[in-house]
Amino acid sequence: MSLHLESEPAARVGPPRRGRHGTPSQGRSFRSWFDLRAMPYALVSPYFLLFAAFGLFPLAFTLYYSLFKYDLTGTVEWTGLGNYTKLLADSDFWNAVVNTVAMFAIATVPQLLLALFLANALNKRIRGRLFIRMGVLLPLVTSVVAVAVVFTQLYGRDWGLINWILSHFGVEKIDWRAERIPSWIAISTMVDWRWTGYNAIIFLAGMQTIPKDLYEAAAIDGASRRRQFWQITLPMLRPTLIFVTLISTIGGLTLFAEPTTFYNGNVEGGSVHQFQTVAMFIVKEGFREFNYGYAAAAAWLLFLLILIGALINFLFVRRIGGSK
Amino acid sequence: MAPPRRRNTQAAANPSGIWNATVLTRVMLALALILSAFPLYWMIVIASRTNSEAVQVPPPFLPGGNLGANIQEVLNTENAHFITGLSNSFIVASTVTISVVLISTLAGFAFARLNFRGRRILLVTILLTMMVPLQQMGIVPLYRLMVSLHWNGELKAVILPYLLNGFGVFLMTQYTEQAVPNELVEAARVDGASTLRIWWNVVLPAVRPGMAVLGINTFMLLWNDYLWPMIVLNQDNPTVQLAIQGLNSRYSTNYVLIFAGTALSIIPLIVVFVAFGRQIVGGIMEGAVKA
Repeated sequence: MSLHLESEPAARVGPPRRGRHGTPSQGRSFRSWFDLRAMPYALVSPYFLLFAAFGLFPLAFTLYYSLFKYDLTGTVEWTGLGNYTKLLADSDFWNAVVNTVAMFAIATVPQLLLALFLANALNKRIRGRLFIRMGVLLPLVTSVVAVAVVFTQLYGRDWGLINWILSHFGVEKIDWRAERIPSWIAISTMVDWRWTGYNAIIFLAGMQTIPKDLYEAAAIDGASRRRQFWQITLPMLRPTLIFVTLISTIGGLTLFAEPTTFYNGNVEGGSVHQFQTVAMFIVKEGFREFNYGYAAAAAWLLFLLILIGALINFLFVRRIGGSK
Repeated sequence: MAPPRRRNTQAAANPSGIWNATVLTRVMLALALILSAFPLYWMIVIASRTNSEAVQVPPPFLPGGNLGANIQEVLNTENAHFITGLSNSFIVASTVTISVVLISTLAGFAFARLNFRGRRILLVTILLTMMVPLQQMGIVPLYRLMVSLHWNGELKAVILPYLLNGFGVFLMTQYTEQAVPNELVEAARVDGASTLRIWWNVVLPAVRPGMAVLGINTFMLLWNDYLWPMIVLNQDNPTVQLAIQGLNSRYSTNYVLIFAGTALSIIPLIVVFVAFGRQIVGGIMEGAVKA
């Protein structure tokens, strides 16, 4: 998590001062000028052309659409902030926001804690290290749709493995899909299964940059392993924590595939939208109801939500070890 | 991609024994491995059973003998378009992978080892835009664009937006800085090599491991992607994820069919994962420290 924009290599390759290196000059001077001055731009231009076409253009047009009443019939009618005020009064939209934030919280907090402890365990000396690391990354290779298909079956009301296990503890059959909070838990476990190992590996990479003598000094001073974890590992991991929470925030607040698959590929998110996320709401408005302007406005509100989420996370993580 | 420095610290002296794994550590790791593997194992268990076995209580815990027959059925179910889905996903993922690796390697070289005005500000722009979830944000105009070009339903509509990959440029910039010494570029320059020739003869051979990591990541991302193909393609010309979703919604009670399809869809990725496991683990760890 260190970005070395400032630390330039001392001797960057600039245009060779002509004649000094004995470059055959006059005849090739234009070609050499072109090669040194223009070629760098040519090399980065494919990226920026794509960025203009598939990054800037869609973002700008989302903003533009969001100010119009624009639907399938082709009527384009200026509404100013009308779509936004309508959204803020739309109980379906707020329902989607609540679902998204709730699932984000239920999924992310345990996930990051588990990932931290798992990374700590992975950081110990043990045989078969590569095998274990690959093992915890296995879920990442599995596609979201595949994960959701398997978990949906595991959470089945009548024949699901999870209800069968719970029945041994006297728990009545839970209808994971029909009830609000159980559906949030079910979807959150799908997210966690897929991402905990990945985050652990990232934490592990961060942990390995912490100088080992810090721990050895602490051990000599009699600090317990637990104390070392809280007082050395966690504060030193702060840059990695910021990175991981940022990625988790973006991923969590744009959750789409898991809840969609949980309802057989339908973006309604359950019979009373009990697990419809904001991303599903956008797809439903834009591509099922064809309210393009409304969907575009919702997309910008989602972005705002991500910014707020990222800011809260950042402030929270900054506090961790910030005082130490 | 792991630099030797890291291995050395791993093997450093361990006088106080704080790096030894305790029993608790081992139990935790074993549990993590079991939990990671279980849903995949379960996929095989159901995919190799019959439908009446799949809905027994308690459910079967061992694989049965119907895997081949079930996969056969998925492939023969015509309106599932599963073979189309597999080949479409392969075309999309490999086209995007090759293009992204090429674009990123070129740009990464320029950002890491060439001097030009605006270099830093362009690089920061890339970093900032990496944080914007473009897929969700720009989905409506992108879709309208594809419709107005009459490209919806075609693979190029899926491929094009994915050629934009800020992470790739960033990764290759970092990797080039690390793997290609300045002196090497300068020496080639003195010998009269053009910028493109330096890229081809000096940079490309040195950054090949970075290209591999980026390539694998991109391929997995594209193979697994769902939202954008769902918007822009039709059910009769799907990617593999859409094909599974099609099975899922059309045959929602036919568990073994859905599970066999799902298992079939992840086989290519498991193969890639087993073959390149070391690079994947190394790449993720390297990317995390560098980013």
